[in-house]
Amino acid sequence: MSKNSIPVTSGLDRRAFLTRTAATAIAISSGALICAGEAWGLEVKALKPETARTLIKLARDIYPHDRLADKFYAVAVKGYDEKSGKDPATLAKFEGGVGALDAAAKAAHGVAYADIGWEADRVALLRQIQDGGFFQGIRSDLVVSLYNQKEVWPLFGYEGESASKGGYVNRGFNDIQWL
Amino acid sequence: MAKFDLNDDSLVVIVGSGAGGGTLGTELALKGVKTLILEAGGRNEIEDFVNDEWASFSQLAWTDMRTTSGSWRVHKDFANLPAWIVKSVGGSTVHWAGASLRFQEHEFKTRTTYGNLGGANLLDWPITLADMEPYYAKAEDKMGVTRTNNIPGLPGNNNFKVLEAGAKKVGYKEVHTGRMAINSQPRDGRGACQQIGFCFQGCKSGAKWSTLYAEIPKGEATGNLEVRPNSQVIQIEHDASGKATGVVYADKDGKMQRQKARVVAVAGNSLESPRLLLNSASNMFPDGLANSSGQVGRNYMRHMTASVYGVFDRPVRMWRGTTMAGIVRDEAAHDTKRGFVGGYELETLSLGLPFMAAFLNPGGWGREFTSAIDSYENMAGMWIVGEDMPQETNRVTLDPVAKDKFGMPVASVHFDDHANDTAMRSHAWSRGKAIYEAAGATNIYPTPPYPSTHNLGTNRMSEKARDGVVNAHGQTHDIKNLFVSDGSQFTTGGAENPTLTIVALAIRQADYIAGEMGKKTI
Repeated sequence: MSKNSIPVTSGLDRRAFLTRTAATAIAISSGALICAGEAWGLEVKALKPETARTLIKLARDIYPHDRLADKFYAVAVKGYDEKSGKDPATLAKFEGGVGALDAAAKAAHGVAYADIGWEADRVALLRQIQDGGFFQGIRSDLVVSLYNQKEVWPLFGYEGESASKGGYVNRGFNDIQWL
Repeated sequence: MAKFDLNDDSLVVIVGSGAGGGTLGTELALKGVKTLILEAGGRNEIEDFVNDEWASFSQLAWTDMRTTSGSWRVHKDFANLPAWIVKSVGGSTVHWAGASLRFQEHEFKTRTTYGNLGGANLLDWPITLADMEPYYAKAEDKMGVTRTNNIPGLPGNNNFKVLEAGAKKVGYKEVHTGRMAINSQPRDGRGACQQIGFCFQGCKSGAKWSTLYAEIPKGEATGNLEVRPNSQVIQIEHDASGKATGVVYADKDGKMQRQKARVVAVAGNSLESPRLLLNSASNMFPDGLANSSGQVGRNYMRHMTASVYGVFDRPVRMWRGTTMAGIVRDEAAHDTKRGFVGGYELETLSLGLPFMAAFLNPGGWGREFTSAIDSYENMAGMWIVGEDMPQETNRVTLDPVAKDKFGMPVASVHFDDHANDTAMRSHAWSRGKAIYEAAGATNIYPTPPYPSTHNLGTNRMSEKARDGVVNAHGQTHDIKNLFVSDGSQFTTGGAENPTLTIVALAIRQADYIAGEMGKKTI
């Protein structure tokens, strides 16, 4: 989607609209990310808070599930913060990767990556870096750290462990009716 | 339970405790032969298994470094995980799905049946289906295979019902819940299947046959079998006459131990078995043990595999119940009208959400990817397993650089599809798609091969010593008291899941080894 095609809503100009959107999602307050709407906070210890906020946005753009709240993506990013705290090279990789992404975002749209208002515009930037080490490192970690959260499973219908419940022999292994 | 001395040179020492090694060791012990199994992994029992894909993977899978090359997609997506196999007592019989199919007659005679196919290193087995039939019968009885020995088939789960409905609509005839080494009723001291799912993560009810709890304890009870876990064999040693004398292994503390042996049998799966033979090179055998043919490590086969996942407008919940819950066999025959030699089976398969995300389209991201995951609850899945062509250039070698924690060079796996493999996969994907379309799918995804679970052929059987590594009994052509006892013996791969054939060969080999020991030829 090009800049010119972005719709303007409620009489707000585009710039004000984007700023407000960002502010109501995840706020940064003294080293922590606060998401009032979802009632969670994430204290980052190694990464810059702005970097963590960008990584949460990036995680959603890589695996966008509209049924998942930001907190599930934040859990994955919390792992990146912990790894960064233990390994300066990892920290440099995240900060450097996000820095480069922000630079590309500013060149294309005049704002940092997380402040680009439309998913399609952000994804277009990701397509340019999808074969690079930064993107691939995040994606390959995220495919485990997002989908292996037990709290995520029920949102996709997946029931997880069944042995302690006696399996499905009396709980619907063959209950399909619509065929 | 036996406990043997390192200097006991009367033992049969087996490397690996899976379908080949675990069966061979138990059979020999039951015949009164003193047998030691050295297993690289630990001993995880039924109560240790977890219904959690990644946690179980960490517990059971062989995750030590391996390297890859070639044009197969596994090299790109899982460069250090060419195979998904088990490092734990019981080997891949802990993880297998239980499908137990006999080879077809022509699959023992592929060079004769398929002819000279360019690029393929086809060879007839030195044994026939008729030779194998009595051992298949023994294996089916031992393993309690459904639809044999008057054992009823398993009930079909939701995933099977979708497959069955679609397959019948497109005209397939041989569609049923499979020949499975999973108890459909109590048998051999083990209960009936509880439809838990998680067959790949170790069966929590013990209904599925595994050497871990269905064989090895019977061997141990004789006092003739010792299983020594956390013991990775590094080298097989020989004397000046070229006879194997024992093995060097790293024990649980990483300390090197020398275990003497009368007979050595290698059963570490088709990646580790050639690795061990190659790493045992000496002045007398500079190219590795049993490698006068140059065939050790070559002709690596992994079956032509792929998957198809169909999405429906209503829930399927494919993860409920047996992972491999049913089969379509109509495409298994050899029929060149389809544009390729050999055949394939269509078998249901399900993955949990975490593995579906990892394997549906490795490397995939964005809304195209998440749209599929969003439909997870409404998905049905099938796995395709067909005969792939042996090629000399598909091979396991010792990595020139990478070494494991004991300093042993890791296995490096090179693989390219043969044109026949590609043609068969393309046909199978289209037939799988037709099945799910007939059942009413709203979208269908073709999934590329996973890291290999069926690893075959790297120490193949041959009539003549120049064509392969072992003879019709798995005895190496070069060294009389050195045997190969796993799927690496396979001359060609067949279309069928290999475990039943590995077990049948191990039962047959146990008869031979005990007989030859009695005759003092080994």
